[in-house]
Amino acid sequence: MRSRSRHSWVGSAGALLFVLGASACGDTAPSTLHPEGPGAHRIAGLWWFMFWVSALVVAVVTALILIGVLPGRRRRATHDRATPRWAGRLVVLGGVVVPVVVLAVLWALTLSDMSALSLPRRSIALKVQVVGHQWWWEIRYPQQGIITANDIHIPVGLPVEVELTTDDVIHSFWVPQLTGKTDLISGRTNRMWIQADRAGVYRGQCAEYCGLQHANMIFYVVADPPDRFREWMTREGQGAATPTETGALRGQEVFLSSACVGCHTIRGTDARGKVGPDLTHIGSRISIGAGTFSNTPSNLAIWITDSQSVKPGNLMPPIPLSPADLEAVVAYLEGLK
Amino acid sequence: MAISLAARLEQIWEEKPGLGSWLDTVDHKRIGKRYCYTAFVFFLVAGIEAMLMRAQLARPDETLIGPKAFNELFSMHGITMIFFFVTPMLFGFGNYFVPLMIGARDMAFPRLNAFGYWVFLFAGLFMYSSFLIGEAPNNGWFNYVPFSDKHFTPSLSPDFYTLGLLFLALSTTVGSINFIVTIFKLRAPGMSISRMPLFVWAILATSFAVIFALPSLTAANVMLELDRRFGFHFFDPSRGGDVVLWQHLFWIFGHPDVYIIFLPAVGIVSAIIPVFARRSIIGYVFLALATMATAIVGFGVWVHHMFAVGLPNLAMTFFSAASLLITIPSAVQIFAWLATLIAGKPVLRTPLLFILGFLFIFVMGGVTGVMFAAVPFDQQITDSYFVVAHFHYVLFGGAVFPIFAAIHYWVPKMYGRMMDEGLGKLAFWLMFIGFNLTFFPMHIAGLLGMPRRIYTYHAGLGWDLWNLLSTIGGFVLGLGILVVIVNFMKSVRTGAVAGPDPWGGETLEWATTSPPPPYNFLEIPTVRSAEPVWDQPELRDTGHAVHGRQPVLVGHETLGTSVMDADAESVIPMPHGSYVPVATACGLAGIFAGLLTGIVAVTAIAVGIAVTATLFWFRVREEEEPGPSVVVGVAP
Amino acid sequence: MVILIFTEATLFAILLTSYFFIRFQSGPVWPPDGIKKPELTVVAIMTPILLLSSGPMHWADVSIRKGRVRWLKLGLLLTFLMGATFLTLQGFEYHKTLEEFTPRTNVYGSLFFTITGFHGAHVGVGLLMNLWLQFNAWRGRFSAADHLPVEVVSLYWHFVDAVWVFILVVLYLSPHVWP
Ligand code: HEA
Ligand code: HEA
Ligand code: CUA
Ligand SMILES: [Cu+2]
Repeated sequence: MRSRSRHSWVGSAGALLFVLGASACGDTAPSTLHPEGPGAHRIAGLWWFMFWVSALVVAVVTALILIGVLPGRRRRATHDRATPRWAGRLVVLGGVVVPVVVLAVLWALTLSDMSALSLPRRSIALKVQVVGHQWWWEIRYPQQGIITANDIHIPVGLPVEVELTTDDVIHSFWVPQLTGKTDLISGRTNRMWIQADRAGVYRGQCAEYCGLQHANMIFYVVADPPDRFREWMTREGQGAATPTETGALRGQEVFLSSACVGCHTIRGTDARGKVGPDLTHIGSRISIGAGTFSNTPSNLAIWITDSQSVKPGNLMPPIPLSPADLEAVVAYLEGLK
Repeated sequence: MAISLAARLEQIWEEKPGLGSWLDTVDHKRIGKRYCYTAFVFFLVAGIEAMLMRAQLARPDETLIGPKAFNELFSMHGITMIFFFVTPMLFGFGNYFVPLMIGARDMAFPRLNAFGYWVFLFAGLFMYSSFLIGEAPNNGWFNYVPFSDKHFTPSLSPDFYTLGLLFLALSTTVGSINFIVTIFKLRAPGMSISRMPLFVWAILATSFAVIFALPSLTAANVMLELDRRFGFHFFDPSRGGDVVLWQHLFWIFGHPDVYIIFLPAVGIVSAIIPVFARRSIIGYVFLALATMATAIVGFGVWVHHMFAVGLPNLAMTFFSAASLLITIPSAVQIFAWLATLIAGKPVLRTPLLFILGFLFIFVMGGVTGVMFAAVPFDQQITDSYFVVAHFHYVLFGGAVFPIFAAIHYWVPKMYGRMMDEGLGKLAFWLMFIGFNLTFFPMHIAGLLGMPRRIYTYHAGLGWDLWNLLSTIGGFVLGLGILVVIVNFMKSVRTGAVAGPDPWGGETLEWATTSPPPPYNFLEIPTVRSAEPVWDQPELRDTGHAVHGRQPVLVGHETLGTSVMDADAESVIPMPHGSYVPVATACGLAGIFAGLLTGIVAVTAIAVGIAVTATLFWFRVREEEEPGPSVVVGVAP
Repeated sequence: MVILIFTEATLFAILLTSYFFIRFQSGPVWPPDGIKKPELTVVAIMTPILLLSSGPMHWADVSIRKGRVRWLKLGLLLTFLMGATFLTLQGFEYHKTLEEFTPRTNVYGSLFFTITGFHGAHVGVGLLMNLWLQFNAWRGRFSAADHLPVEVVSLYWHFVDAVWVFILVVLYLSPHVWP
């Protein structure tokens, strides 16, 4: 009696907490429980199964603890030696039989999910290469000759292969709403696939500790409807447009004559640096500094003058520019859509 | 006449107070306490480190602590808790109570025991000296390559890690060897292997696990240090090395290590439950076997820490199955304890409360562990705060709650005074509530996509509330710990006098005075039951009364017995206090300091000290007083 | 001591396993980077010397159990000489190998020198313990009743010999067997 009411209480309290946690935070949370891809979907299903089994286990154990210690039961003498028959049964049943059954079921589910997730149902539509850097993501579309950073555009509803390598230490590629993570291992190449079932922006983050700015190694997966995706692809494949507006034009001059070109590439100009992210279409990206903050002109200005104040330890030195030059450079870069 | 025997033993075994004896003691009880004190200080330090992290994480975009400090904090927090708190703390209890529980007068190798303590202390100081030069380990407790290679971390931080842990490994290894020999050879006559207390079983299983697990970490650290110092290429992919090798080596050690942490705690639970349930434990054989099974199967699951590395699916299914399998021994133990509670007549004193807390929390942590064995789920959730939640549930719930139970349970034996019940219960509730408030929200944060080891996070991701709750919980938890400290300080001075057996315990430590005399037992207890103190009235007060039916050793000796049946075999002379252990440990500390700084002179001098001390070690042995003197079954 | 040997054995097992791990991770050619397969002539002399040295050690152990101190001394001396010869030969072999590659050449070099060097260090420690035994044997410290140290050192020496067999098979022979 007591145990039954107890367990439903604990169970629903736990579930409530989780549901609350999962939904109280709106759409902004990169929540594994708001899956938007087939991988994350299956895994969320697995989670809810395991959650209820676990809640039951915890509830039963809690009930048994309470039965054990609450007063008011018929008691045997102290220093009893005999093992009552029910006790032996409890140990065998709770300790061996039930767990074996539950675990066998769980293992079967694991195997079936693993095989389901190892290959997408449809054939791969697109290949993307992701190269990890301390602390940003280089994104390449080898078939299209596109190089960008920190934003991955994919067509909605289609499986995309992601090839993962790293330029330095180990990182880990994780977009909770799409699928589980895969590490970027030095000296190795890993492959996985992602798919988004709905158009939208999905937040991803480096999940393997990689040094000072592991916390600010964020990226976004942008799932576009087919025509928008194609449009993006065409635009992204082209070199940078030469600015028409005078301010931006001056910005280009400043940029090309400053230290920036040592590290950054802007396709279609003489900037061919390889250390930092490619800036050819920086103006259309979601964030600056791999998710350090959003891509606005004022943030960009802060980043250029003193990125160390917002992302301490990153490899970009402060670039001393006069306010006018800075304004021009920002205008130039923000114009690179 | 009894007085004269006691006086004689007192005279032979007593260690004079003073600095000299403080440095040269080999008494397992003093060393055991020392382990506990030192480990507890490390706990407080690591706890404060944790609270600093929690303060930084309480709010989004907080700037209290910068990334460098944060990374050092979580690394040193993990390293300290795992290597310098839990294991040494439990080894401390083992040191104090294993000889008492098996009716011996000391550990098998008392000087090695002292040596082990000094090495532990010096290794800890070595590790923490890194803060002085601002280069504390900053790569987490598993120090993955290539981040820890010279190229990516040129500072001394990883050297402190590798050398510190190599140094510490010496202590843990000799400690384990000492436990194994003690348990095999020094049990009281009649304490056959099937009458051994479960705590002793647990220490035995743990020690064996150490013997086979630690070399893997040692090998990994040696390789890394060779890479860093001498340009070897074990972990350098550009010259054929492999970074995943480190992960395998680390986790081949690392997973058994979590059971090395957990098993002695399990032993504590099995020691406390029957006393407070006031009946014999149910399923003694199952519990002993489960302990061994956990230790063994624990060697076959390490890859479950590497499911996101991109290993072949086939390998992962195997390790998934093994990780599920390891649940069975834990489940058997849980239900055996529950059955004992239900069949018994429990009295709810503080130690039992902490054990109940353990049962609840550990099962919560266990079931999330089982979830990780489901590979796809682990790939989703690994390296997120969900994992942080899991391991605090199993580490704090599974090991630290039993440690606090043990503190309340054994302090009366160690200091002769009871802990305050009211404060004990208050502390328990603060800790229990604080613990869950700290770590339950981390499950949710993890599910919401929060990775671990990040020094800050942005607002608006749905993580704010859960982090704030965690931080608040941490303070409640800390308050609970503070209450325990206050209670301890107060009780050892003014607590009620405990008497030899305040709880009505069944194992031999309750057969002697509280605190026990330097020689532990006047007569060597002769055991005829698995619960000797309950069954053999003549054992009561063996610390100061002579009954004349048990062997008496009148020299500085202990009784050696056979491995399985514990038949008396020999009388083993025990060494006296000696400065050699502390001198050797000093020499070694010097060697490691020399290696760290690369100053050849330091290393050379230290090698000199260590070698000289070792020579003395062997020399002293020759001069031990000869002549066993045993009186069996005769009242003196 | 037996337990210490267990850990040590585990340590060697781990090192040898790492060797195989790296080997199977690496490309089809092993040893890599054009390093020749290990030369076997010197090893062919070293190996029997080390393995046979277990004989006199055992003999020394058996002798002292029967109280024959003189045989003990002789057995220890023989063991020492054979062990020392082994180390000297290993020195020669290193000298030659280092001309071809060093531990810094690549991971193969690191593995080769670390594992053999680690074993060599164990032989060295064995020799030191042997010296210590001889010293005490000359002082008349051991007798039929009191000879535990001899037993212990003997055990250790056999262990070091046995480990060599594994090292021989893994480091020297396996590259020839599996091309
Ligand atoms: C005391 C330490 C301890 C203990 C006892 C455990 C116990 C277990 N752990 Fe845990 N674990 C850690 C300490 C511990 N762990 C640490 C420190 C880490 C993280 C390291 C790091 O990354 O920093 C970790 C991480 C970790 C991972 C890797 C997660 C990741 O990084 O992705 C996995 C994966 O399988 C795992 C599994 C398990 C399992 C299956 C158990 C099982 O032994 C649990 C078995 C117990 C029970 C299940 C409860 C009792 C059983 C019943 C009541 C019966 C009924 C139950 C069922 C039918 C389900 N653990
Ligand atoms: C036995 C092991 C153990 C224990 C007991 C703890 C205890 C605690 N741990 Fe820890 N933890 C680990 C083992 C442990 N941890 C490990 C292995 C890691 C992984 C590290 C890595 O990633 O490499 C980790 C990581 C870890 C993280 C993740 C860091 C990250 O990934 O960025 C966090 C975050 O909150 C945390 C918090 C805490 C807290 C709040 C406690 C609290 O329980 C601490 C309570 C103690 C005190 C508060 C101090 C004592 C009290 C006083 C001195 C009284 C006065 C104080 C107050 C009133 C505040 N721990
Ligand atoms: Cu990259 Cu963490
Ligand atoms: Cu594990």
